[in-house]
Amino acid sequence: MTRKKRILVGKAGLDGHDRGARYVAHILRDAGYEVIYTGIRRTPEQIVEAALQEDVDALGLSLLSGAHMVLFKKVLDLLAERGASDILVFGGGTIPPGDVEALKKMGVKAVFTPGTPAAEILAELERLLGEKERR
Amino acid sequence: MKALLEAARRGDRRALARLVSLLENEPGRVVDLFGKGVEWTSPGLTLAVTGPPGVGKSTFVSALLGRLREKNPSGRIAVLAVDPTSPYSGGAVLGDRVRMMEHSLDEGVFIRSFANRGRLGGLAPGIRAVLRLLGLTGWDLALLETVGVGQSEVEAASVADLVAVLLAPGQGDGVQMLKAGLLETADLFVVHKADRPGADRMAAEIRAALDMAEPGEGGRPPVLLVSSVEGRGVDAFLAALEARRKDLAERIRRRREGAREEDARLALLHEAGARLEKVLEGKREILRALLSGGMSLEAAVEELLRAAWGEETDKGGKP
Repeated sequence: MTRKKRILVGKAGLDGHDRGARYVAHILRDAGYEVIYTGIRRTPEQIVEAALQEDVDALGLSLLSGAHMVLFKKVLDLLAERGASDILVFGGGTIPPGDVEALKKMGVKAVFTPGTPAAEILAELERLLGEKERR
Repeated sequence: MKALLEAARRGDRRALARLVSLLENEPGRVVDLFGKGVEWTSPGLTLAVTGPPGVGKSTFVSALLGRLREKNPSGRIAVLAVDPTSPYSGGAVLGDRVRMMEHSLDEGVFIRSFANRGRLGGLAPGIRAVLRLLGLTGWDLALLETVGVGQSEVEAASVADLVAVLLAPGQGDGVQMLKAGLLETADLFVVHKADRPGADRMAAEIRAALDMAEPGEGGRPPVLLVSSVEGRGVDAFLAALEARRKDLAERIRRRREGAREEDARLALLHEAGARLEKVLEGKREILRALLSGGMSLEAAVEELLRAAWGEETDKGGKP
């Protein structure tokens, strides 16, 4: 049986705007993924623990607060601490181009800024998840 | 699988999560969990929480978690929350966790979301197997939150020890509730969102409906008013739950005994079905012959079973 891919979509920190996160959750659902939505204003610890318990393949964080450098770092560190660096981390939100590069260096596999077409998000995630599977 | 199980027993929640995925995708593998002489265990108690969509099942479960963990910090609780799969894409948005996030860092709590993957009846594939896993890894209580069910989906009753049915004021009248299925399934009724107007009337309506029905084993189910947001009625619910557990101890024992055999039966059939499906993929000519009328159904079944059997002996014959 083919295993259904599971993706956690969440928001960390003091930022209650979740239109983007909900939008992404829905396009992922419509593409056949099982999406675990964890809601707004969560701590990196809560998000990482949820990702582990839900045994997800990928974890997407939406950030519009400006705290993305700190929060992504924290999430990646916590995943590493728990031996779960195989979980693919991607992001979205209002993130300046310079920071996108820095996040990618840090280990965030993809960053989708506002206006990214749904098809592009899906194609990129499919590619990354396929790559992960082959490893 | 054995290494994961050992880790899960030591409290490694990622190992447990991995095993849950495995059983969700291949429920038949539950048999591999149990070796010779290992008993087919269940969690200490499995309580199903069911009711129509939007009645507040996740919020209620979260309120129970909070109170139970406070009262008994050593009692470990697992939550299995089921949401519907989209019939169009096969995908799902699982949002029950949103209402339970305050418990996500609690070491004594494990929360897992399931998509029902098109199954009717309110549960997801593999739930029975996962409950066995929770028994084997020492969980004291499993709270099973079903998808929002209507009037005839009563599958929860076949896997849980006790079933709590949630209703809320403003959702359906007394006549709706008399419809068969959900009413007979309930061991406890909860009028949820009791802070809203109409809750008392609704409780009275349910009691009236119950009075008309033949009382089942253990007597008439209690009807409790609970407001999870105000934290009202949660203790009374827990006391009623304990009482029902005692009154229905004999039925719980019987149900568990039957479930053991049913689990093994389903595991066997599931695995056999999956294998036949694979064989058929390589033998599309059987399907074509069936379609063209060249083969009767009976003959096609014979042919398929023969093909599966041939494959087995081939495998056995290889060095």
